[in-house]
Amino acid sequence: MNALEIHGLSAGYGGQPIVRDIRLTVGTGEIVALLGANGAGKTTTLRAASGVLRHSGKLHLDGQDISGVSAARRVALGLAHVPQGRGTFVDFSVEENLRLGAYSVTSAQRIQDDTAYWFGVFPRLKERRAQLAGSLSGGEQQMLAIARAMMTRPKVLMCDEPSLGLAPAVTADLFVLLRDLAADRGTGILIVEQNAHLTLEIAARAYVLEHGEIAIEGSAATLSRNSEIQRAYLGIEA
Amino acid sequence: MTLILQQLVEGLASGTIYAALAVALVMIHRATRIVNFAQGEMATFCVYLAWQMTVWGLPLYVALAIAAVLSFILGAAVFRLAIRPILSAPPEAIVVSCIGLFIGFQAMSLWLWGSDNLQFPRLFSNTIWTIADVRISANTAGMLVTLALLAGLLAAMFRFTRIGLAMRAAAAEREKSPYVGIEVETMLTLGWGLAAVFGFIAAVLAAPSLFLSPTMMLSVIIYALAAATLGGWDSPAGAIVGGLVVGVAETLGTTLVKAIGAELRLAIPFLLITLILFVRPQGLFGRSGTTRV
Repeated sequence: MNALEIHGLSAGYGGQPIVRDIRLTVGTGEIVALLGANGAGKTTTLRAASGVLRHSGKLHLDGQDISGVSAARRVALGLAHVPQGRGTFVDFSVEENLRLGAYSVTSAQRIQDDTAYWFGVFPRLKERRAQLAGSLSGGEQQMLAIARAMMTRPKVLMCDEPSLGLAPAVTADLFVLLRDLAADRGTGILIVEQNAHLTLEIAARAYVLEHGEIAIEGSAATLSRNSEIQRAYLGIEA
Repeated sequence: MTLILQQLVEGLASGTIYAALAVALVMIHRATRIVNFAQGEMATFCVYLAWQMTVWGLPLYVALAIAAVLSFILGAAVFRLAIRPILSAPPEAIVVSCIGLFIGFQAMSLWLWGSDNLQFPRLFSNTIWTIADVRISANTAGMLVTLALLAGLLAAMFRFTRIGLAMRAAAAEREKSPYVGIEVETMLTLGWGLAAVFGFIAAVLAAPSLFLSPTMMLSVIIYALAAATLGGWDSPAGAIVGGLVVGVAETLGTTLVKAIGAELRLAIPFLLITLILFVRPQGLFGRSGTTRV
């Protein structure tokens, strides 16, 4: 069974659809890339999937229909979303960000354990636990945003442009982290990225959005060899 | 010197009233960017409810506790019914709505209880202590302790509890809060309810000395607006300090500058604010308007 299944999803702003009839799946522990040019509807797709944007169509999380469920409730059910441009609460401390991430977790013990776990993964965050998230570097904020999203132990994690504004070395670390999350914890990951090259290296499959519709889909390996994709997203002239 | 200290004490006492109402205004402004002009009239209405219950024979503190709960419900209901539907409307529309609420609650108090000044029972004993020639009444001490307790409770709630953290998050980051599972509107509703309780407490503290009337809070809300501006519109701690400063400035100003007299005392806090805002436009405790990208 797929961790996330999206069928016939359409969404937009002010009645004007931006994405139409999106159909995609993310398996347990699978990394899926959502590629496309600026304005193709990648962010809109994620915002609709997480429920902050009104949409039509069906979504199933671990087999459960979540189409009519509020954004806040989807988080509690295990659909995490790191929005574009840092999903951190900048005026809150690092520790408070993790507590916020665990808002829908009721077990105090689990929150404590997970906080300790993520501080183990990111010692920098532990050192800065009392600092405001806004005072962290871009890379640290992105790590915090992901740790924050992982506090619910989600089944699926959606990341919108996680590498935006990060140095290449930091981006590489980040992608290793995402790959490990999928492999070790079985988290399904849906990544929207400009950096198609790196993304296709860690992704198993990919979808390409064009003008709000899925135009191409396939395994990452196949898509990496697709000349149209090479030209449009990988900067390789065929 | 004794006179000045005496006026300082008196000023702190009225300052607690301004502070409590300013906290209510700031809590609502921080969460919804709305200045709720009706806060004082809503509070007066709830004090009337408490008064009515004492007339029916309930002990004062029982009546106050019930009215505090009713205040919470009223604040939450006002948000759900009157504010939430127009939350994305232009600010002018919201200002007009708040003025409508102001008139509506005042009219309801007037209709139900009339315009006569009613005696509201004292909350604390009539004891007066004299410390170094300065007289401190149990009433003044009681008001200050009440404010300190409430401020402490509020701070602890915002800092240490899950719901307090979520309320702060919903206020500071309305867009991001759903991503961590926070129902923003629920938090805003709670915030309006809690603010109404603070407004109610301000009105309860004011009622014994001002006498209960439908327009009782009119001058108080002007001072509270001044206090919130002084402290910074996004800082509850600033609202408390602002309230106390405005209270003290009012009494000291009237005592020290004989020319001011009773007629001009309302002008003092504004003079003070003008001077302080000249130096710190965001208020003493407010954050400046710069945003990080």
